[in-house]
Amino acid sequence: MSDKIFRVNMTELTVSVEEVPQNWAGLGGRGLTSTIVAAEVPPTCHPLGPNNKLVFAPGLLSGTVAANSGRLSAGAKSPLTGTIKEANAGGTSAQLLARCGCKALIIEGQAKADSWYSLAVTPAGVAISEEKELIGKGNYEVVQTLSKRFESKRGVITIGPAGEMKMEAANISVMDPDGNLRSNGRGGLGAVMGSKRVKFISVDPQGGKVTIADPEAFKQANRAFAKALVDNPVSQTLGTYGTNVLVNVINEAGGLPTRNFTSGQFEGHDKISGETMHDLIEERGGVVKHNCHAGCVIQCSQIYNDANKQYKTSGFEYESIWALGADCCVEDLDDIAEADRLMDDLGIDSIETSVAMGVAMEAGVLPFGDGPGVCRILREEVAKGTALGRIIGNGAGSVGRAFGVTRVPVVKNQAIPAYDPRTVKGMAITYATTPMGADHTAGYAVATNILNVGGSVDPLSKDGQVELSRNLQIATAAIDSTGMCLFIAFAALDDPNCLPRLIDLINARFGINLTGDDVTNLGKTILKTERAFNQAAGFNNADDRLPEFFYNEPLPPHNLVVDFTGEEIDSFWNF
Amino acid sequence: MKLTVKLFAYFRDNRFVAEVKQYPEQATVADIIGDLGIDEKEVGVTMLNSRHCRLDAHPQEGDILAIFPVIGGG
Repeated sequence: MSDKIFRVNMTELTVSVEEVPQNWAGLGGRGLTSTIVAAEVPPTCHPLGPNNKLVFAPGLLSGTVAANSGRLSAGAKSPLTGTIKEANAGGTSAQLLARCGCKALIIEGQAKADSWYSLAVTPAGVAISEEKELIGKGNYEVVQTLSKRFESKRGVITIGPAGEMKMEAANISVMDPDGNLRSNGRGGLGAVMGSKRVKFISVDPQGGKVTIADPEAFKQANRAFAKALVDNPVSQTLGTYGTNVLVNVINEAGGLPTRNFTSGQFEGHDKISGETMHDLIEERGGVVKHNCHAGCVIQCSQIYNDANKQYKTSGFEYESIWALGADCCVEDLDDIAEADRLMDDLGIDSIETSVAMGVAMEAGVLPFGDGPGVCRILREEVAKGTALGRIIGNGAGSVGRAFGVTRVPVVKNQAIPAYDPRTVKGMAITYATTPMGADHTAGYAVATNILNVGGSVDPLSKDGQVELSRNLQIATAAIDSTGMCLFIAFAALDDPNCLPRLIDLINARFGINLTGDDVTNLGKTILKTERAFNQAAGFNNADDRLPEFFYNEPLPPHNLVVDFTGEEIDSFWNF
Repeated sequence: MKLTVKLFAYFRDNRFVAEVKQYPEQATVADIIGDLGIDEKEVGVTMLNSRHCRLDAHPQEGDILAIFPVIGGG
């Protein structure tokens, strides 16, 4: 089956299937979403208006048996940041879209505000239907209802009430193999989907398969690639403790932002740690190792049960646990799990919303440490779209502006995640410069600053950090374009066998001859394309700065500030 | 010298979370790791008083030594 571009116009309620333009042929994932957004979306458009476009793209290897190839990229102009945005997620839909022959799904225009719609993707194209039953419903009810409504097992991509209300922190949820939820989390792409009046998208390949140009070479490369992933010790601890294994090491290093970014260490760290979570999951009959998409060999996800051994949440990630835990000073992992579940159901980013809660705590809206209070606000304010709920649902920057708080940890209005840039200095450069707004995944300097993966660079000194962040951001843009899970990077950074086998896989899939240099150049091109969009939208290097308090409030225990000059930050772009 | 030793992830299995331990004055971080029966190859990160340290570092009386296996996340 040859790949096509599937296009939906929500103003006209029309669909089309188009040939792939030659210059998009070698792109997937973020490379493709960013290229399409840059080519087709006017940079100055309103993100929630008819001229923005929401683009979904599976990776170059999605739909094949290649290990960890099932990430789904979503892209648009972000209502949260005003920049170009790509957010990716696991779940089953990337694999199924690829098997429909869908290289990208572009949703453009805007339906009239009196109706809601669903989209059904099959190898024949897209069908638009009016939707009534599921409007206003949470994501869990959406996936449960649809699994009964459809006879065949389909992929589901959905927005919750937050997306329907066009909150700037709204995410897009993707059903995983067990009927639970993964999220294209950051940047408010759920609000863009809501602005198009699309409640959900189902994906049914109807037996369609991805064509492999050289099946034997593909099989051999995949065996070696999967082995490199499985053998990597980072993969092994990720499977056992999840991403939450990081709480204790980042706390020990003094870089765990605590009490709205006023300390780098949290007294209750061990109560919310990956080690504690692992033991609780075992005690309560949960699942320690769980894959968010078929073909994942790392299995960093898990199923977390409550004290009554009933399912509470899955994909319970370090970032969410840090934000509600240390940043909001909530020490009870069950309160955090309840909030995580509520946010998944509402369809709202658990990083942005939780950091927003920390700013709200500083403003006195609720006390630090009030886990039940966080859950109450999610249920009674955010879910109902009250004035306070919308202020919080529009993110940390929104809360800061509404309540006059000056300590607001955002870059380009997106909340800074779980590594303080004063003590993990490589992350200062990544947060400041990535075209995405503060995003840890864009250039994960934590690996080299804290974890000694891919070498070691002193986290407390600014020496070498610009170069480190640059190299990581280029490599990440390339990996995001393959549609691979970013956690392959831990193996790729230290195992010389890993990345060449990935390139072999891409070559065997398409019958081409990519080299390592081609992949690096792809990463550079994507970053420059994204930056050019932002500049045309009105951003300049003054936007590539951290909030003022990072420069003048020393962070205990190391009592350091961010000390990069503007020129040093801007030198990131010298490539 | 007395040190507080903190262990993380599976290094805690059949050992401890944190203990005050007595070591000879000249002991290096590597010596302490060996004394704990941990395979040096499995060690990813070591910190003395919240700062990264090498395996040949010499801890001082009262220091806090944290030992992590190779880990990652994000």
